Amino acid sequence: MLAIIRQTVSNGASRNRPAFYASRSYSAAVKEMTVREALNSALDEEMSADPKVFLIGEEVGEYQGAYKISKGLLEKYGLERVRDTPITEAGFAGIGVGAAYYGLRPVVEFMTFNFSMQAIDHIINSAAKSNYMSAGQLSVPIVFRGPNGAAAGVGAQHSQCYASWYGSCPGLKVLVPYSSEDARGLLKAAIRDPDPVVFLENELLYGESFPVSEEALDSEFCLPIGKAKIEREGKDVTIIAFSKMVGYALKAADMLAKEAISVEVINLRSIRPLDRATINASVRKTNRLVTVEEGFPQNGVGAEICASVVEESFGFLDAPVERIAAADVPMPYAANLERMAVPQVEDMVRAAKRTCYRSV
Amino acid sequence: MALSRIASSSSRSFNLLKPLSFAISLRRSISNDTTPMTVETSVPFISHQCEVPSRSVETNPKELLTFFRDMALMRRMEIAADSLYKAKLIRGFCHLYDGQEAVAVGMEAAITKKDCIITAYRDHCTFVGRGGSLLEVFAELMGRQAGCSRGKGGSMHFYKKDSNFYGGHGIVGAQVPLGCGLAFAQKYSKEETVTFALYGDGAANQGQLFEALNISALWDLPAILVCENNHYGMGTAEWRAAKNPAYYKRGDYVPGLKVDGMDALAVKQACKFAKERALKNGPIILEMDTYRYHGHSMSDPGSTYRTRDEISGVRQERDPIERIRKLVLSHDLATDKELKDIEKEVRKEVDDAIAQAKESPMPEPSELFTNVYVKGFGAESFGADRKEVRATLP
Repeated sequence: MLAIIRQTVSNGASRNRPAFYASRSYSAAVKEMTVREALNSALDEEMSADPKVFLIGEEVGEYQGAYKISKGLLEKYGLERVRDTPITEAGFAGIGVGAAYYGLRPVVEFMTFNFSMQAIDHIINSAAKSNYMSAGQLSVPIVFRGPNGAAAGVGAQHSQCYASWYGSCPGLKVLVPYSSEDARGLLKAAIRDPDPVVFLENELLYGESFPVSEEALDSEFCLPIGKAKIEREGKDVTIIAFSKMVGYALKAADMLAKEAISVEVINLRSIRPLDRATINASVRKTNRLVTVEEGFPQNGVGAEICASVVEESFGFLDAPVERIAAADVPMPYAANLERMAVPQVEDMVRAAKRTCYRSV
Repeated sequence: MALSRIASSSSRSFNLLKPLSFAISLRRSISNDTTPMTVETSVPFISHQCEVPSRSVETNPKELLTFFRDMALMRRMEIAADSLYKAKLIRGFCHLYDGQEAVAVGMEAAITKKDCIITAYRDHCTFVGRGGSLLEVFAELMGRQAGCSRGKGGSMHFYKKDSNFYGGHGIVGAQVPLGCGLAFAQKYSKEETVTFALYGDGAANQGQLFEALNISALWDLPAILVCENNHYGMGTAEWRAAKNPAYYKRGDYVPGLKVDGMDALAVKQACKFAKERALKNGPIILEMDTYRYHGHSMSDPGSTYRTRDEISGVRQERDPIERIRKLVLSHDLATDKELKDIEKEVRKEVDDAIAQAKESPMPEPSELFTNVYVKGFGAESFGADRKEVRATLP
């Protein structure tokens, strides 16, 4: 059921079409799709395929979704299956988990993951741990999804990245799509998955357009959970990123290419399970590593990646591992401070050069 | 006194002074006698925003004796758990239910195994009521393979999905939204069944309860919230925790019923009433006025925040097993000796189960890594020293 997609080398979000498509006839034109459309189509298809799938959250129905991800679904599937809730995250997340205990397949939307903190007990204690505590009696086929991380100018309480928090919890699967294919394939896989999945989207990516292959448009298209994608092959330094930062890393790779530094960009796609095999294979090839994340640095995803590489590939490192992350402060509002608080392409370029001893 | 009230208002008039031999020759095989009889509850029901169910409860000798046996079994089981805990065979938390048996037993009599029950951590007897075995209870408490969660859950995490018992939850109040979710799923699946979500007077003040109740009322979910009010949330008496300790009224727009939780027949009547109502009108709250003889858990002597007189007073006046015993004896459904024999049988069952549970081995080390996921896709997991212990999750 899970289609393992062998991706040819592509430049991700850039407009360059990979060589594979160069000699196509126009009837096989690669389609472009925004992340929003990708998520919407994934929800639509999964709801159509399985009557047990239902959507629950604030403004998912009549409002068409706070970010229009669930547009048209209420009209198509009705009030039974697209449920607008009051502003009570603990209540509706718990109700979602209870429904999953009984065998339904809820998709619980948090308007942003900042609000998931109100419901985090249900995500961790009621969902993630139940299969283990019950020795397999209670499985929880639930998806918690919504925008994660910084938007633009929304301030400290609306900008946190939760990848590291949820990623540390056994029993959860934590997915971080970047492109539209990621969004489609991973959301479909998440909804079909029998375990609780935390699906971290990104508001600023919703409107971005990406090419999607024919396979990705198929209603059976799923991406494997726990496998990272090599977005761009390279040989001098590995940059590992997820979600929005993948686009920045690709831009950094373009800039570094001009200085004859060949960057391998890895799109994690999954925080838990973490694809340590792909990460380590890449570092063994390039011998240098920069990790990039939007979240706070301490106890973050980059720290875990660095530990994994030190444990498994220490002898292959030619330079210390570099971490690029959010500034270690609550997110400020003023535009100039906000820019300083979030990783920028220049930060990644600089760190990559440090690993190559081209700068200090 | 309650006894004479029951005797005089039942549909069959009995002369309590009938000679024993005559009684024996008249009595049919008691364990299968389903001749209907009516018994009055100890006290009337009190309602909030709804009608009151009748105090006259339909029952029969078989049911009453089943109540007696089941409650005696639960009582013995909990007392045995107390000893096992003191012998250090049970570790961690152990929250005992003795005194509250009538709630578990009365509820089962009103519903089927297709209805769902979910509760918090005082779950041993609820699990048994749903059909769980003594062996599964004791083995789980001792962390053995024969336990209902194969030793991986412990006292607070008993489950029996095939009887729609969904645990077994350690976080106070979390089980209420979960229970409303079960009710949502039942309604979504058009099952015509209900969910009983049990919680204590301590949990009754939890915000998530009101969030879930609001949604249940909006969506007409067949959710029955049952407050097992034993009057103490750990060491805090209800008057110190709740501005309004009339928990059956706390639903505001949601109807509620106050029930004598020490009277298994009242519990049965209330649950039957609630089930019928919930299927038609959405959520309802049942407040069971009950009492726990033990402290909050085995680490709580239970006497620093209440008097021993209070505890022994309840035991004398309101014990649920004694109530059924008096009922059975006054209606001549069994002799005192027969009831004592049942208690002996039950004690032996418990002892046998404990012996069997002690034989069950502890889980295999590989079990550390099982059931993390349903589908692990070969993901890696690690022991404390990841270079020493690694596993692939299937």
